Amino acid sequence: MRSAALVLPLAAFIAVTFVAPLVVMLGRSVHDPLVADALPETLGLLRSWDGERIPPESVFEAMAGELLKARQEKSLGRIATRVNRVQAGLRSALLRSVRKLRGAPRPDSWREAMIAIDPKWGQTRTWHAIRRAGERFTLRHYLHALDLDQAPGGGIVRQPPDLRIYLPLLSRTLGVSLGITLLCLLLGYPIAYLIANAPPNRANLLLLLVLVPFWTSLLVRTTSWIVLLQTQGVINDLLAAVGLIGDDQRISMIYNMTGTVVAMTHVLLPFMVLPLYSVMRTIPPLYMSAAASLGASFLQAFRRVYWPQTLPGVAAGSLLVFILAIGYYITPALVGGQSGQLISNMVAYHMQQSLNWGLAAALGGVLLGGVFCLYLVFNRLVGVDRMRLG
Amino acid sequence: MILNRSGRFDLGLLVRAPGSERWCGRPNPAALLLLLALLTGGRPLALAESLTMVSWGGSYARACEKAYYEPFTSQTGIEVRLEDYNGGLAQIRAQVETGNVYWDVVDMEMADAVRACDEGLLEPIHPGDLAPGPDGTPAEQDFFSGSLTECGVGTLFYSTIYAYNLEKFPEAKPSTIGDFFDLEKFPGRRGMRRTPHVNLEFALMADGVPVERVYAMLDTQEGLDRAFRKLDSIKDHIVWWEAGAQPPQMLADGEVAMTTAYNGRIFNAQVLENQPFAIVWDGQVLDMGQLVIVSGSPNLEAARKFLSFATTVRSMVAVGRYISYSPARQSGTALISTHLETGVNMKPHMPTTPENVTRGLHDDWEWWSDHIDEMNLRFIAWLLR
Repeated sequence: MRSAALVLPLAAFIAVTFVAPLVVMLGRSVHDPLVADALPETLGLLRSWDGERIPPESVFEAMAGELLKARQEKSLGRIATRVNRVQAGLRSALLRSVRKLRGAPRPDSWREAMIAIDPKWGQTRTWHAIRRAGERFTLRHYLHALDLDQAPGGGIVRQPPDLRIYLPLLSRTLGVSLGITLLCLLLGYPIAYLIANAPPNRANLLLLLVLVPFWTSLLVRTTSWIVLLQTQGVINDLLAAVGLIGDDQRISMIYNMTGTVVAMTHVLLPFMVLPLYSVMRTIPPLYMSAAASLGASFLQAFRRVYWPQTLPGVAAGSLLVFILAIGYYITPALVGGQSGQLISNMVAYHMQQSLNWGLAAALGGVLLGGVFCLYLVFNRLVGVDRMRLG
Repeated sequence: MILNRSGRFDLGLLVRAPGSERWCGRPNPAALLLLLALLTGGRPLALAESLTMVSWGGSYARACEKAYYEPFTSQTGIEVRLEDYNGGLAQIRAQVETGNVYWDVVDMEMADAVRACDEGLLEPIHPGDLAPGPDGTPAEQDFFSGSLTECGVGTLFYSTIYAYNLEKFPEAKPSTIGDFFDLEKFPGRRGMRRTPHVNLEFALMADGVPVERVYAMLDTQEGLDRAFRKLDSIKDHIVWWEAGAQPPQMLADGEVAMTTAYNGRIFNAQVLENQPFAIVWDGQVLDMGQLVIVSGSPNLEAARKFLSFATTVRSMVAVGRYISYSPARQSGTALISTHLETGVNMKPHMPTTPENVTRGLHDDWEWWSDHIDEMNLRFIAWLLR
C-alpha cells in the first residue's frame, strides 16, 4: 500500500504528460464534431435523403440558414475547410454562395438560387461530401492514412496513384529504420567488443568517446554532418583537392537519403553500443580461450560461444535503435532534403502546415499500431524477457 | 528593439544608481540624455508604441523599409519591428488559435490573404481609412479592381519569372517558358520554389497550353497529369528553394543555370550587384501582394494607421524606386520613375509593363485557395516518386 503511494507522483506525471495527450490525439483521429455541430438541421434532413437525386428544397433552406448563421459566428471558414478536405473545390462554392446570399433578398426557391450561384449544389456528389464531413465519428482519417478513400456510394477504394503518399512513405520508413539498425549493429558490435575487452583505462577512454557524442546536442551533431557532407563541404573539398573528383563532379551526400542514413546512424549508434557493452562485459574472456583450447577456430568459437551470449544485448540494442529510428523527425527534416523524408515529417506537415490534425493523429496511430505489432512479433521470435538493456 | 533596450537600460540605472560611484561623480551621459528626453515632451514614450510587420525578407523587405517603414516611424513615432517569413498561414493560425498574437501587419500572397480572411484570422479592412488618389479619386476607385478584399489591401504587383545566368549561355539564349523545360538545348540545373503554386502553371504553359486555358486545364485530371509529366521531364535537375532571397544567390553561385524567381529580386541583383542575369518574361505569373492585419493584433490602432500609410500612392511608388514592383493603384502607374540608387529607368523592368505581359498569366487566387491543400499532397506524392 505504502509502496503504491510512493509511485503515485510518477504515475500522475505519466498520466498527465504522456497518457492524456496520447488519448486526446488519438481521439482527434476519429472524432471531429465541428461540421456536425454547425449544420445539425441540414444533416438531420440529409439522413432521410435517398442519395440518388438532388435533395429537396427543405435541405437547401436549412443549409442556407445554417451557413449564414455560421458566417455570423465566424466559423464558416473552418467549416468550409473541413468540407473541402472531403472534396476539393467545395470551399469556394460554400463561401461564394454565402457571400452572395448574404446581400440578396430571401429567394423564392433556395434550391434554384443556390444552384444558380454554383452548379456544384446541383450535383449529388456535393451533398454526399457534406454528409460525410458531418460525421461526428469517422474513420476517414485512418482510411486516408492508409491511402484509401470512401467511394461516394459507400465501399472503400484505393486513392488514385498520384495521391498515394503514406503507404510508400511508411514502407520507406520501415526499410530505412531496418537499414539503420543493421548499420548500427555492424558498426557498434566491434566497438562494444573492443571496450568490453580492453584494459580498464583504455576502456574508459573508449567509452568516453562513445558517450561524448551521446551527450552532445542533437542539433550540433546534425549540423556538423551538414558541414562535412555538403557539396561545398569538407569531404567534397578534400576529394576535389586530391583530384579524385573534378570540381564540377562533387558528390551530393546530403539533402537526400544518404544524408538521412549517415546522420541517423551516427546519432543512434550509442543506443546500440551501450546495451551491447553491458552484456559483453559479463562474458568472461576465458570462454573463448576454452573454446580455442578445445580446437575451435576463432570464427567457430565466436559463432558458437560468444555470439549466442551477446544475443540479449543485440536484441535490446536493435529494438531500441529501430523504435527510435521509426519515429525520428529532426534529423531527416534537416538533412533529408526531398528523398530523405520519413513518415514523421508528414505528421509534422499536417500538424504545422496543412493543420489537418485529424490526419496527423491518424498517421501517428498507424505508426503506433505498426510498432506495437512489430513488438509482438519480436517478442514471439526473441522473447522480451531475454533482453538486457544495461 | 528600442523599447526593450531603453526599457532595460532605464531599469539598470535605477537599480544600480544608489551604490554606483558614477552616479555621484560623473553621470552616464546616455542616461542623462534619456532622463532629459523623458522630462521634455516624451518622445521616447511615443517611441514605446510599436508594431510588428512581417514580410518576405531580403531586398524586398529592405525596399519596403526604406520606402515606407522608416518614413512612417519618423512621421508618427511608431516603431516598426520587422520579421521575416516565407508565406503560408501556419504561424498566423497558431497565433490566433492560441490567443497569443504578436504579429500585427503581414505582407501576404493574394490566395493566402483570402483564405486567412475566410477563416477569420484577419481583421476586416475599413475602406474609409484608405487615402484617396492624388487627384482626389476615392480609394475604392483608384485601386485596380480586385485588389481590395475584405481583409486585405493590395500594395503591388510582382511576378514569378525565370531568370538565367548569361555566362552559362553565351550563344543561344533562352527566351520562352518552354526553354526552361528544355534540357537538351539549355543544359544545367533549374531552381524552383518548393510548392506546386506557379510551377504547375509554368509546366502547362511550357507544354503549349494557351494562357487563358491554364486554370481550366488544371481543373481536369488530364491537365494535372500533363503538368506533372512536364515537371517530370526536369525533375532530376531541379534544386528547390523556399525563401525569395535564395534564387539570385543560387544563380550567382552557379548552383543552377536558371531558376524561377520573383522579378524584383533578380532586378536588384542586376543593378546593385552587377550580376550577369537576364529575366525571361514569357510565361510570367503575375500576382499581387496584400497587406493584412492579424485578428487580435495587440497594436490594432497603430496597425490601422500603418496600413493607411503603406497603401498611399506615395508609398507604393516609393517601393518601386528600390525594387521593380509596380503599384496596385491606377494613379501610380504614371508615377513610375527611376531606381533611386542607380538611376535606371524602372518602366521596362516592371511586371505590368505591356511588353512584359504579352504572354503573362494572372494568378488565380480563388482556384488556389480551393486547391492548395490537395495540390500540396499531390506535389508531395510526386516528389516522393
